[in-house]
Amino acid sequence: MKHLSEYRDAGLVEGVLKEIRRTVTRPWTIMEICGGQTHSIVRSGLDQLLPEEIELVHGPGCPVCVTPIELIDKALAIASRPEVIFTSYGDMLRVPGSGRDLFSVRAAGGDVRVVYSPLDAVKLAAANPEKQVVFFAIGFETTAPPNAMSVVQANALGLRNYSVLVSHVRVPPAMHAILGSPHNRVQGFLAAGHVCAVMGYWEYPSIAEKYGVPIVVTGFEPLDIAQGILQVVRMLEGGEVAVGNAYARVVTEAGNKPAQELIGRVFENCDRKWRGIGVIPDSGWKLRPEFAEFDAEGRFDVAAITPQESPLCIAGEILQGLKKPLDCPAIGVQCTPEHPLGATMVSAEGACAAYYRYGRVPLE
Amino acid sequence: MCLGVPGKVIETHEENGLLMGTVDFGGVQREACLEYVPDTQVGDYVIIHVGFAISKVSEEEAQETLALLREIADIESELGPEGGVV
Repeated sequence: MKHLSEYRDAGLVEGVLKEIRRTVTRPWTIMEICGGQTHSIVRSGLDQLLPEEIELVHGPGCPVCVTPIELIDKALAIASRPEVIFTSYGDMLRVPGSGRDLFSVRAAGGDVRVVYSPLDAVKLAAANPEKQVVFFAIGFETTAPPNAMSVVQANALGLRNYSVLVSHVRVPPAMHAILGSPHNRVQGFLAAGHVCAVMGYWEYPSIAEKYGVPIVVTGFEPLDIAQGILQVVRMLEGGEVAVGNAYARVVTEAGNKPAQELIGRVFENCDRKWRGIGVIPDSGWKLRPEFAEFDAEGRFDVAAITPQESPLCIAGEILQGLKKPLDCPAIGVQCTPEHPLGATMVSAEGACAAYYRYGRVPLE
Repeated sequence: MCLGVPGKVIETHEENGLLMGTVDFGGVQREACLEYVPDTQVGDYVIIHVGFAISKVSEEEAQETLALLREIADIESELGPEGGVV
C-alpha cells in the first residue's frame, strides 16, 4: 500500500545502511525510545545489519511495560467487581500483576473486554446504563488524545457510568531520567515518531543541549529507522548536537495542536511511578479536578495493595537501556510469553517479547 | 500501542457531535475519529492510532524523503561494491 510498501523497499534500506557503514568511525550507543520501533528493528534484523560500532539499546517506550504494578493490581480489583465492565487495550490483559492478570479475572467470571478505541468503551457505557464501564487509560502521549476525548464525550453524553483508570506517562521526563543517570550510556536518541506527531518536537532542543546528545524524530518502517540512525550517526561523527526530523511526512515541529489542547483541558501533570524504574517527577498525566468524577480510582474504593514483583525480572534495567533482554538469565527459561515474569515479555512493544518472538533467544 | 497505521480517508460523517470517517487500510476499512485532524478531506492519508487520526501524511514530504533516500542508494550503486576492488 502507498506510504507503506515504499518504506519497506529493501534496496533503499541497503543503500542507507551502506551510507551508515561509510560514515561511522567509532562506537556509538543509540537508544530507540519506542517499543514499536524495537519490534520493527528486531523483526527486520536491522540491528544485525548495522556496523558493529553501532549498538542499539531499547528504551522505555512501552506503555504496557511501564504501567506500575500497583495500578494493575487496582485494575484487577476493579475488574473483579460484579457491577463493572472493565475495558482495556488488548495488550494489557496478559500483563502480570501480583500473581495474576486480567485474563484470569475474566476466567473467574469478571466482565473484561478488549476495545480497539476508547470511544468503543463510551459506547458500551451508553448501551449498558445499569453497569459501570471502566476504561484502563494507559499510554504515552499517543493514547492521551483518544483517552481524553472519551472523557469529554462521556461528559457531553451525560454518562455517569463511565470512568477511566489513568496511568499516563510522558516521554521527555523519561529522557531526562535516562540521560541524567550516572549509569547512562546513551549517546544519541531516535525519538518516537508518533509521540512527536501529537506533541511535536519543540521540547527536544533543550534536552539535546543539556546532555549533549543528538535526537532524531524517527518513524517505524525499516527505512524510516535506518534513516533516523543515519542522521544520528552523522551528527555524532560531526560532533553536532541538534534535533532532526527523519519522519517529516507525519511529524511537524509544533505537533497536533487540537490534540495538545484537549490533553491540556482534561489532564494535568503529576509525578508518576514507572514499573521497574521508580517515580519520575512530573512524568505523568492525571485527570484535572473538573473531571474528577470520571476517575475510577475515586469511584471505586480500592484498598491499598502491596504488590509483589518477580525477583528475577530485570525489566526495569532493560527499559532504561542499562541491560538488554539477553542479559537476563530467566528469558526463555522461567520467563516466556505463556508464563511472563514481567510486562516486557507480553507486550507487543516489549523488548523481551521482541527477542523471544523473532528468534533471538537461544533455545536450550 | 504507538504503532499508528497509515490509511486513506474515503468518507466522513458526524456521530454524537464528533467528526468521524471511514478509513481504508489497503482493502480493510475501519471507522476512525477525525476530530484531531479537522481539515481532513476525502482522499487524504492519515495515521490512525487506537481509532483516532493523529496526523495527516504529507504527500510532498513523503516523496521528498524517498527521493533523497533513492539518491543515497543510487550513489551507492554507482560507487560499486563496498571495499573497492575485489
